Order: sequence, then structure tokens, then C-alpha cells
Amino acid sequence: MSNRLGWLAPVVGAALVLAACGESADPREDTDAAGGGDDGGSSGGQVTLVMESWRNDDLAIWEDVILPAFHEQHPNIQVTFQPTAPDEYDAALDAKLSGGTAGDLITCRPFDVSLRLFEEGHLASLTDLPGMEEFGDVARAAWSTDDGSEAFCVPMASVIHGFLYNTAAFDELGLTPPETEEQFHELLGAIAADGTYAPLVMGSADQWEAATMGLQNIGPNYWNGEEGRQALIDGAQRFDDEQYVAAFTELASWAEYLPSGYESLTYPDAQNLFTLGRGAIFPAGSWEIALFNEQADFEMGAFAPPLPEGQDTCYISDHTDIGIGMNAATEHPEEVRTFLEWTTSAEFADLYANALPGFFPMSDHDVEVDDPLAQEFLSWRDDCESTIRNSYQILSRGEPNLENQLWDLSAQILNGTVQPADAAAQAQSGLERWYEPQQR
Amino acid sequence: MTSAPPEGIGIDATAASEPAVAPAPAARPRRRFRTHVFVFIAPAAAIYTIFMVYPLLDSLRLSLYAPVDGVQTFVGLDNFVHLLSDDLLSDAFWNAVWNNLVFFAVHFFVQNPIGLLLAALLAAPTLKGRSTYRTLLFLPTTLSVVIVGFIWQLIISPVWGFVETPLLGQSSTALVTLALMSVWQYIGIPMILFYAVLISIPDELIEAATVDGAGAWSTFWRVKFPLILPTVGIVSVITYVANMNAFDLIYTVKGALAGPDFASDIMGTLFFRTFFGFQLQQGSSTMGATVATMMFLLILAGVLAYFFGWQRRIQSYQL
Repeated sequence: MSNRLGWLAPVVGAALVLAACGESADPREDTDAAGGGDDGGSSGGQVTLVMESWRNDDLAIWEDVILPAFHEQHPNIQVTFQPTAPDEYDAALDAKLSGGTAGDLITCRPFDVSLRLFEEGHLASLTDLPGMEEFGDVARAAWSTDDGSEAFCVPMASVIHGFLYNTAAFDELGLTPPETEEQFHELLGAIAADGTYAPLVMGSADQWEAATMGLQNIGPNYWNGEEGRQALIDGAQRFDDEQYVAAFTELASWAEYLPSGYESLTYPDAQNLFTLGRGAIFPAGSWEIALFNEQADFEMGAFAPPLPEGQDTCYISDHTDIGIGMNAATEHPEEVRTFLEWTTSAEFADLYANALPGFFPMSDHDVEVDDPLAQEFLSWRDDCESTIRNSYQILSRGEPNLENQLWDLSAQILNGTVQPADAAAQAQSGLERWYEPQQR
Repeated sequence: MTSAPPEGIGIDATAASEPAVAPAPAARPRRRFRTHVFVFIAPAAAIYTIFMVYPLLDSLRLSLYAPVDGVQTFVGLDNFVHLLSDDLLSDAFWNAVWNNLVFFAVHFFVQNPIGLLLAALLAAPTLKGRSTYRTLLFLPTTLSVVIVGFIWQLIISPVWGFVETPLLGQSSTALVTLALMSVWQYIGIPMILFYAVLISIPDELIEAATVDGAGAWSTFWRVKFPLILPTVGIVSVITYVANMNAFDLIYTVKGALAGPDFASDIMGTLFFRTFFGFQLQQGSSTMGATVATMMFLLILAGVLAYFFGWQRRIQSYQL
């Protein structure tokens, strides 16, 4: 560069910086606006709705199965499924909502994340949406205000906890699925005595499995599902009451049936161990079904959490996982409501349940699921009472966070580094630290 | 996040700006003011300012604020008082600081001596296949942490690997195991730094020592080691800064909850949970900034201790 031109460099640099600061127009926005606006004006027809979601795994299912069915009935509404990576979804959605660029339909996380969006005015109220009466209280709780007076998302899917088992292994050892905890322990003992298979396949390294597939899987039978969950929220029960200690005690008894070195076994390790046929029973969530069907080359069966002694009603964790709501700033509220109303229908429930075995619609419609494993999970809803994980509503709002604590404590219970009564006491003192109804 | 660049890296900046300082003495011909120096520095300075200096200052500022009724309000040092006095937070914080120091100590006492040993072996004049060894030993440093974490997890897994004990699953062994995984990966850094100094020692000095009757052992400790002392200091401070800022390996292998029972929780993972939240736990940008500021202060204290307590006192020899 010649010296005479030397002064140019900073100037050009500054000019580039200034240029970058200018307002940029995304050409795609123009076409969108033109397409939507013009058509809307001329024929009263085409409106495009964008749907935000974290379920990028489900892109093909929405595009090829679910949305075409809707478009057939409502040719004037075009819905586009626009997913973001799951771990970026919340932050990205927050930014888009504040910036006014979020889609018309918002896929809702359960409880506090969505509640905050509603309170900040980003999600519209859906209390009076026709079709909402198709959902029970438990299903609606995840997307309602604390007092239940306002609903802001349509419940879309839940996941059910239970146990998957290797049918070939059961046949080989002449075993049948247990109904009571006593039978469950006998069964585990028999598998352990034979020695071919790891009786229970789970690790404690990732912590969440111990809490989610362990404690929250078997726990509802101990604290009587919704009754206990509500009682904790009201302050009528304490986490160190005997039913919670009993649940921790049962979880602790699993330790001797887990694969050796389970303390460092991660979730993918456990999945691989089971699908490779090296284990007999996998404490599971129904979301495993699709993956396991693909990976395991043996038949699988499922059984609900076995009943503790003296218990005759069964309770299952039927955890509300995905909902769908309306961006309060949408330009097409009527069309959005039309779509949301459709998601409450039996037709949607049927499409969704069959496209995504293991994610179950929460409406009261009778749904026929083709996948036998998913069918088995779903059938428990008829015989058992549904509840959700007890740490999700309200109780994880403070410090320490109950959900995080239950991960830590459940993993430690399995590792044997904390005793059931201590674990229960720690959870209780954590709650008492900030949650008023538990301080009395 | 909040790291000061280790000493020694700043050399370029001082060297480059030197010509611009004050007019030269009258004896020498007056040199033209070199505008292009600024042009060349500007991009790096701008990027460094925008992405390092500004965020660092802003996170220091943020640590003095807290949301009051949803509005960020200036609260002075309240966040720090809360962090250090609240039993829950201060337990977590001191646990993280302690684990961080253990993590650093393992690197300091295992990685650096072994790095020095390897460098001394590599610098041995009779060694054959030197560049092959050098490359192989340095190779892990270039691997992604995710790969290192994944491979070691498999190697020491009781299910798929060779070790019966669940090293990563016990509170007594998890942190040291992770530190040793990191030592394995980064051993190449001290090795290459020591090696570079060792091979720059003039042969005359070694020959003189040999003539004086020194064996290999005393040549190393009496002649070579004093010459590499400044590098020992630099390697130590780089190790300190890198380890106090560590996060990636532990997050990759153990997740943000850094189990079991927070046995492998270090300040980086504590910061991550505090700032971004975790699962149902809501993040707090101001408390997160407070943790980050404490990390910055601890690192600063270490670097200053090195600078005044070590670097200014030791003698460097011009070779």
C-alpha cells in the first residue's frame, strides 16, 4: 500500500462499520408480506402461519403427516413448522418474542417457562377456546395460571413412565411381568441369580434418570399421585413424610440390581446396554419407544410401576410435556385459533399419537395407537390415575431448586452416599427454605 | 469470560507501539510518525475491545445490579455479600473454588513436571525419531474436548472399558480423574514451551559443564534448569489462568450439575448454572456476573502474585 493511500484504511474501515449498522431489510420478509397480504385481499384466502417448536426431530412428521391433514380442511390457512434446536429454543424464542419476529404459533414448555411468557403478555389467553373442555385438569395444569383460572396453551402431548423389558430374556428365564413390588423384587432376584442379564439397566452418572425414571416413575404409587402432589404444594404434606421416605427406600433397593459400575453409567450407555440385549428391564419414559423399536432386535414389552404392598389403586406419571399456544402479537388471531381448535380434535390426537409413538395426546378422545408398546403405555391411563412430576409446578421456583435437588438426591440414593430418610429430610429443608406453605 | 491474558502474550503490543513513543533522541535522525502501525493494530484492538474488554467491564458492572421488581437496579456490593454470606450459595461457591484449586494442583504437580521431563527427553541429543514423538505427544492438545471426554469415558467405563471401578461416578475420584484426563490432553503445551527453551541453550554452556566434570543429572539441575526458570513461571501462570477458567471438559463429561453431588463442580460450571439457569432453575444474569467477577478477581490475584512475587525477582539470562 502506498503511503499516500495509507489514510484511506481507517476511513474505509469506519465506512464498513457504519454500513453494517444500517437497517437491513430481509428480502424474504417482503415476499412473505406480499404473498400473505395480496392474496388475503383478493380472494379472502391464503394466510401463512409460522409455528415455533423445539421438536426438530419431528419436522418430517409435521410436514408430511399432520399439517397436510389440516391444510386439506382449511385450504386458506398455510401452516409452516419452523423448529429450533431444543437447547436453544427458550433463549431464541425469548429474543424473537421481544423483537416481534416470533411465529404465530408457539410450542409451549410446561409450567414456569410458559407461565412467564403469558405473564409478560407474549402468549394470548386461550381459556375460552372451543375444545379446551376436552382436556382434564391435570393436562391443563401445565399451561394454566396457578389458580387455574386462565389457560394459555393447548396441551399437546405427554410422556408416560413405566418399565420396558426384554421379552426374549423373560421367556428364556420363564418370567412374567410383575404386578406388585414384592413380585418385582423376586423377579429382579431371579434375573440376578441367573446372571446372564443385568436385571435393571440404569446409571446414576447423569443424575436426571435417577430422579425422572427412578423416583418420579415409582413415586406416584407412594404419594397417591395428584393427591400427594397437591398436598406438597398446599403444605398439607411434607417431603420427609413416610410415603416420600418409602419411595426413596424403594429406589435405594434398586442399587444391587443395577449393572456393575452404574455410578459412572450415562444415559446413552444405559440405552445401548439395553438395546444390545445385555439387560432385562429398563426403567423408561415412553419417549424411548421410537428409538428402541429401531435399535433393539428383540421383542419388548412394558409394565406399569408395580404396586407397593397394601396399595390397590395404581398411579402413573403421565407427564405433560408439550403444549401449543398463540403469540399475542400475531396478525392472524382468527386463523391461529382455528388451528388451535383443530389441535383439540380427535383427528389431531389420532394423527399425532400414531406419528410419534410414545408421545401421547392428552385430550379425552379415544385414540387408537398402532404401536403395541405405545398401546401398552396408553392402556394404563384406563386403569390407573394420572399425575405429573411433583417438582414441576411451583415447587421449583426458589433456591434451592427442588428439581435439581431431586436429581442430586436420587442419584446419591442409588450410589448409597445418602440414606433415604436423610434424602427426604434434605428435600424438605430445601423447600422450607423458601416455600411459605412448607414453613408452617 | 473474564480472563486476563497471561503475561508474555502482551509482548507484541508493546513492541509494536514502541516506535510511536516520543521523538527519538536528537543524535538520531528524526523518524517519521508511523501511521500504518495504528492501521495494523486497529482491527485486533477493535475486535479485542468489542469482544473482550467491553464484555469484561460490562459483566463487572452487571455484578453491581440486581432486579428489583423486575427492573435492574444498582445495589452496590449486595450481590457479593449475598454470594458469600448465604449458606446455600456460599457453600456452592467455596466448594467450587476448592475443587478449582484441586483441579489446578493436579495440573501443576502432574502436568508440568511430566511436561518438563518429556521436554528434557526430547531435547536429549542422542534421541532418534524426535519429531515423531513431539508430534504424537502434542497431538491430543489439538483434539476437541468433546472427543477427549468421550474417548476417556469409554476407556475407563466399567461397562465398555478396562477399569472396574466407576472412577467418574464416585465423589472421591471424579474430580481427580477429570483433571488427569485434562492433563493427558494438554501435556503438550508445557512440553513444547520447555522444549523450545531447552534447545535454545547454547552447546558451549553444556560442553563447559561437561568439561568441568558435571554428569547429565547435575548439568540439568545446575545449568539448564536455572535457565528455564522464567519459563517455569510462565507455564505455571498459564496453567493457573486456564484451570481457573476451566469449564468445557467437566460440562461435557458430567453436565452442568457436575456430579456426583457436586464433587466435580468448579467455578465455570457454577457460573453456567447461575447465569443461564438449569432445567427448571431460572438463570440470574446479575448473580451470574457476580460469580464471574469473583472468578476474575481470583485469577487476577494469582496473576499479580506471580508477577510481583516471582517474575520480578528471578534473574533471566540473555542467551
